[in-house]
Amino acid sequence: MLMITEQKPMEEVIRFLDKYRKVYLIGCGTCATALHTGGKSEVLEMKHQLEDADKEGSGWMVIPTVCDTLTREALAENAVDVGAADCILVMSCALGVQMVARHSDKPVYPALNTLFLGLEESLGNFNELCLQCGDCVIGQYAAICPVTTCAKSLLTGACGGAKGGKCEQEPEHDCAWVQIYERLKKLDMLDKLKEKVSLKDYSKLKRPRQLEVTPL
Amino acid sequence: MSLQSLLESGKFVITAEVAPLKGTDTTEIMEVAELLQGRITAANVTDQQSSVMRLGSLAVSYLIQEIGLETVFQMTCRDRNRIALQSDLLSASVLGIKNILALTGDVPSLGDHPQAKPVFDLDSVQLLRVIGRLNEGYDMVDNELTGKTDFFPGAVVNPGADTEAALELQIIKMEKKVEAGARFIQTQAIYDADSFAKFMKRVEGFKVPVLAGVIPLKSVGMARFMNKNVAGIFVPEDLIKKMADAENKTATGIQICADLMRELKDICQGIHIMAIGWEKKVPQILEAAGL
Repeated sequence: MLMITEQKPMEEVIRFLDKYRKVYLIGCGTCATALHTGGKSEVLEMKHQLEDADKEGSGWMVIPTVCDTLTREALAENAVDVGAADCILVMSCALGVQMVARHSDKPVYPALNTLFLGLEESLGNFNELCLQCGDCVIGQYAAICPVTTCAKSLLTGACGGAKGGKCEQEPEHDCAWVQIYERLKKLDMLDKLKEKVSLKDYSKLKRPRQLEVTPL
Repeated sequence: MSLQSLLESGKFVITAEVAPLKGTDTTEIMEVAELLQGRITAANVTDQQSSVMRLGSLAVSYLIQEIGLETVFQMTCRDRNRIALQSDLLSASVLGIKNILALTGDVPSLGDHPQAKPVFDLDSVQLLRVIGRLNEGYDMVDNELTGKTDFFPGAVVNPGADTEAALELQIIKMEKKVEAGARFIQTQAIYDADSFAKFMKRVEGFKVPVLAGVIPLKSVGMARFMNKNVAGIFVPEDLIKKMADAENKTATGIQICADLMRELKDICQGIHIMAIGWEKKVPQILEAAGL
């Protein structure tokens, strides 16, 4: 599983950095490296682009996993270069950006858009299969999530909009319900589709959610 | 006689769809209503059809009913959560609206406000259950209402679903809709009477009146546009060719529709005409079909 990111358009990044001159760059050695959005080569490419836009790099680093608490130490170790900057631009998912922001008194900006939690189904092929609704119902649907993969998050069955087995919203997407139907049919469990299902209880989803757990 | 009493006594009914325009000018739609009044049993008023923002179906359903044409208030789940849906149902009741067509709704990205947040808090099946509950005098969390509703709810099905899995899913869902309280069904556009007859055989056990939907074709362009952009519609190639070869497109389109209606009327309990963009032609189509 990776946290899937994409690079923001450069115009948008330059807009954030409008008031600033010196920028400290942070990349991430985990998901963003695998996705070519925030690894070492992307950080260096960003450094060039910022210099072209009349900004000055005060330094850069690729933190192995920016969302990890060790980011605090990484920032402390590089306090001089970070301290010299007007702001920090982080090329990681939003969790990494926010971890940096929690341990810095500099303005911190995201260079990436965080998209989804991706399951790597085959090399380099990521799919969004879970949107963390907190009330998992995939046991009802042959382990397929209609909340995530149906454009309308339907729980009682298909809408009438599918064409050629593809979704009304996105012709490149399979209709989740056709997928559910096919798998239930294979398992000889089509009766599951006739069962009454409960309404979604959105009160279970009050954000932001939180957890305290005893460390291992 | 009302739509409900006609259907319950086994009489054949004709309904037609009218779509409010974008704005506050109701002249056009009221002209259509006046033209259809007395000619059809009831008029369906669409709810932000194809996710294009327009004047609401609640207001228009009320206005049309005021001039003496019974309406079917179409209600989708795309734009309102369960609180708003229940509230609008109570509002509809207070305004004298009786018939509700409970729909899930098209996704916002098909329309002119693709940036809008889709709601889909409920779906059509759940909405039907909610209507049933309001009819019993309770909201969906079991609070007693000060004044209950008396709706005649209906739902849709797409018998023209274009893959085996999709068609099976439609039939499963239709059964759920009937169990959830649907008392009539209006179908998506049908273009083949034979496959519709097969479909009707499959669903006869659900014991619910079915009104066959028809969309008269105006042009080849319209057919191709609908195939590409409108959810749930599949105009077959041979009909598109017929339109392409026709000299008088309007007359041919009306004739194809009328011929189809004549074939369909013996295998269902009514016809639902969706004359998108040319609602004023409905009386002519009915005449050509001998209805």
